[in-house]
Amino acid sequence: MIEVAKIESAAYEIMKRAAIHIPSDYKNGIKEMQRTETGPLPRFVLHTMVSNWDAADEDQRPMCADTGLPRYYVKVGNDARLDEGFIGLERALRRATAQATHDVPLRPNRVHPLWRTEHNNNVGINAPEIEWSFEPDVDWVDVTTVHKGGLFGTDYRMLFPGDGIDGIKRFVLDTLIAFGKRGLACQPAIVGVGIGGSKDTCMQLGKQAACLRTVGDRNPDPKIAELEMELMTLGNSIGMGAMGFVGSSMVIDCHIEVGYTHTGGMPVSVHTFCLSSRRATARLHSDGTVEYRTDPQWFTPYMRRESIEWPDQTAV
Amino acid sequence: MAGSDSGLKEIHLNLPATSSEVAALEPGTIVYLTGLVYTARERVYQKVLTEGADLPVDLRGISNVNFHCSPAAAADGKGGYTIGGVTATASFRFSKWMPEWLDLTGTRIVIGKGGMPQKDYERVLAPRGAIYLTTVGYGTGALLGRGIKRVRDVFWLEELGLAQAMWLFEVEKFGPFIVDSDLQGQSLFARHGEQINQGLGKLYEGLSPPALHRYGETDDREDELM
Repeated sequence: MIEVAKIESAAYEIMKRAAIHIPSDYKNGIKEMQRTETGPLPRFVLHTMVSNWDAADEDQRPMCADTGLPRYYVKVGNDARLDEGFIGLERALRRATAQATHDVPLRPNRVHPLWRTEHNNNVGINAPEIEWSFEPDVDWVDVTTVHKGGLFGTDYRMLFPGDGIDGIKRFVLDTLIAFGKRGLACQPAIVGVGIGGSKDTCMQLGKQAACLRTVGDRNPDPKIAELEMELMTLGNSIGMGAMGFVGSSMVIDCHIEVGYTHTGGMPVSVHTFCLSSRRATARLHSDGTVEYRTDPQWFTPYMRRESIEWPDQTAV
Repeated sequence: MAGSDSGLKEIHLNLPATSSEVAALEPGTIVYLTGLVYTARERVYQKVLTEGADLPVDLRGISNVNFHCSPAAAADGKGGYTIGGVTATASFRFSKWMPEWLDLTGTRIVIGKGGMPQKDYERVLAPRGAIYLTTVGYGTGALLGRGIKRVRDVFWLEELGLAQAMWLFEVEKFGPFIVDSDLQGQSLFARHGEQINQGLGKLYEGLSPPALHRYGETDDREDELM
């Protein structure tokens, strides 16, 4: 049995960790880019960002004051049991959000979209978002939080099968150039590309690809993995670096996720996860223990399953 | 500190900055500030310039640096505030208020994210003796948070909320910032943008355009998208 009180304290903890500590995969990726970046100004930016992460660690303060729109991704093991059920879990996540907003502090970014009113705690109608997924044969619950700004760097486009890979490349370039100027996308970014599904799935897949996979991770489909590398190289050949200054570091990694789509279409979404790529995960075990990490491990083989049955009959 | 190995020029200014200090800043220079900085963004501009509210404090007398920012802050329960991270917000959205605001307040340094269109520098900021500093990154929230030594005051907190309120920060070695515009109205962002634009054609070579265009690719509403 997993106690909801434990979930609340773990959610509070990951809110804090995400806001303050940059994940090591991202930090290492940026350190690598410091070596290869060709422009003096973008190099200075990367250098300053590394100092900023050190300052955040030492002072225990948020690395970026725009603490984004805090949200959650919950993966529930099929054998997990919650003492207060799913409603209790959702309540715990909302409570943890409000408490962490005050304590860390996070910026209370969330306002009503029309009246601009707020509760000063990042909680409101449909906020924080909680997305759900499931995992067979385990009894734990994974709670991941992502803090991502949301004003620039994301786009959606309905392409068609005839537009091919060229169409995808053009669209990725369009988005990176448009939002890369003046550095509005806060690059170098983890670029997530959603391909397929319906329009909303396409957006969701792209966002999850950007926020829930780590630097260096490759899609298990070798051809998609190859396309990830190709898009990364393409983005880094724009001639643009951090803050839109002349340079070579736009894309720290590219992640693609796909979903079966309408036979006539090829919807594509592009998302950029910024220089403050904030994510943290807690795994709550049934015996009451909690483990923390920065790799959400969201896209499991089960998540990407293709057949009706699980385990996949063709894979056995 | 941060600029030491970059080969970029670095300057430390005490605030309020004098006219000659502002005039000496060149695009691409790294700047750190010590003194008093105030925050103001859309709701403050609206309140003062559109709704006609009086400035809550005589800015001319105390600070000539407008920071486009909203801090991650919380009341500490002892009448003061804990400032966590501090990061700028994108300034282009505020350009329509700049002429009146600069005239009213005598602001000489505008700090924000991403700069403003070069035309604003030429027509609005430079003629009023003002320049633009951009934050770095973006998202050096922890470094900038360190630079804030004290909240001297905050106005309209309840009415406008934490993010939109007007804050007065006492800062020390606050930065780094990069000079975007100078008093000639030049822009570092524009210069770099133009250089990057020259290579864009080559980047798209051989990539055939999609079958369906999008609204927004042309301003002509009579055009068909296919």
